Amino acid sequence: MTMAVKSSFKNMTLCLFSVCLVSSALLAAVYAVTKEPIEVANQAKTNNAIAQVVPEFEGDPVPGTIEVGGKEYSYYAVSKAGQPVGYAITSSSTGYGGALVLMVGMTADRVVYNTTVLSQSETPGLGAKCVEPDFADQFKSFNPAEKKLSVKKDGGDIDAITASTITSRAYAKAVETAIAVYDAITAAGTADVESVSGATPESVSGQPVEDENQEIK
Amino acid sequence: MGKIQLITKGFVKENPTFSLLLGMCPTLATTTSAINGMSMGLATVFVLVLSNMAISATAPYIPDKVRIPAYIVIIAAFVTILQLVMQAFTPDIYETLGLFIPLIVVNCIVLGRAEAFANKNSVVDSACDGIGIGIGFTFALTLLGLVREILGSGSAFGYKFITGDGILVFVLAPGAFMALAYLIVLFKKVTAKKGE
Repeated sequence: MTMAVKSSFKNMTLCLFSVCLVSSALLAAVYAVTKEPIEVANQAKTNNAIAQVVPEFEGDPVPGTIEVGGKEYSYYAVSKAGQPVGYAITSSSTGYGGALVLMVGMTADRVVYNTTVLSQSETPGLGAKCVEPDFADQFKSFNPAEKKLSVKKDGGDIDAITASTITSRAYAKAVETAIAVYDAITAAGTADVESVSGATPESVSGQPVEDENQEIK
Repeated sequence: MGKIQLITKGFVKENPTFSLLLGMCPTLATTTSAINGMSMGLATVFVLVLSNMAISATAPYIPDKVRIPAYIVIIAAFVTILQLVMQAFTPDIYETLGLFIPLIVVNCIVLGRAEAFANKNSVVDSACDGIGIGIGFTFALTLLGLVREILGSGSAFGYKFITGDGILVFVLAPGAFMALAYLIVLFKKVTAKKGE
């Protein structure tokens, strides 16, 4: 093939400029095409996670955010027949390999219904086992009033994953945070009950949910 | 060299992993299971073929002194396209592999083929070279992933055949080096017998 052209300041600048221009134009086009499918995929993932961690509910989960201890947490309130069923709370902590992000479902009577891992970067074969039922099912129907939420090594009731105490601790910590968030949500809920304007009472008042049921029918 | 030879040479003689020892970073990092290794390999094939073709087509117009930055931009663009497309249409695979996809940009195999082959050869030949090297890489990663998965987790392609744990070290980083070393020894022995 032909040899590359001789380099001069002008053609080097021009060449890099056009390579970057074409590349970014291409990326912009792909971004525009994939933007919607990516959002749909993410939404489906979130809905899946919510359905996994809370009891059966009707209508769409109502998203909300709350600040606890200077950090903002997002959650979804779900209800059935106008009665609040529970909350799916996104909570995170630092594991062995980075952030461990969980979706924790709390029922209306302050019991952990179920948990699921949204993202983790723990060691495969060790900490990454936190997604498996052997470990994760310990948090199913976990009542913080009856059991202690920490690993057995620290005097709690959670069996740590073999050789992955840090991950197990992080998991327990994330669930603990979610319970604190739940307390904050319910506290805000009772405080706001008289002024119907608060986000939480609105979502549990039943009115929007009934409307959606009619749409489904 | 015929087109078929261009493709097959990447498999044994110039196998990027076992023979050229290139691209060790994704090789060691992603092969914790056979599926992960294979997906990483296939993702690399996609980038390798497209970037080889693009670089081969544009090489005559790129001044010599800025060729490396130009190649990197081209490769990075294809990697980002791949990332967006995977995120949109195969979210499950993206979930397990997402972390490693950006690593393809710095995979020496891709830049290595651009420098060693694509910028001197025709678009079609470069595409064949990309396919060959890519398949060789995929084969190596799948094999390494399979070995590590069998020894480390007692499963193959996700199907568990023992209860409990395997030899955990093979799933971790040191196991990657050990498994790779033994596979290279085996590969050299087999190819040496052929009289190469």
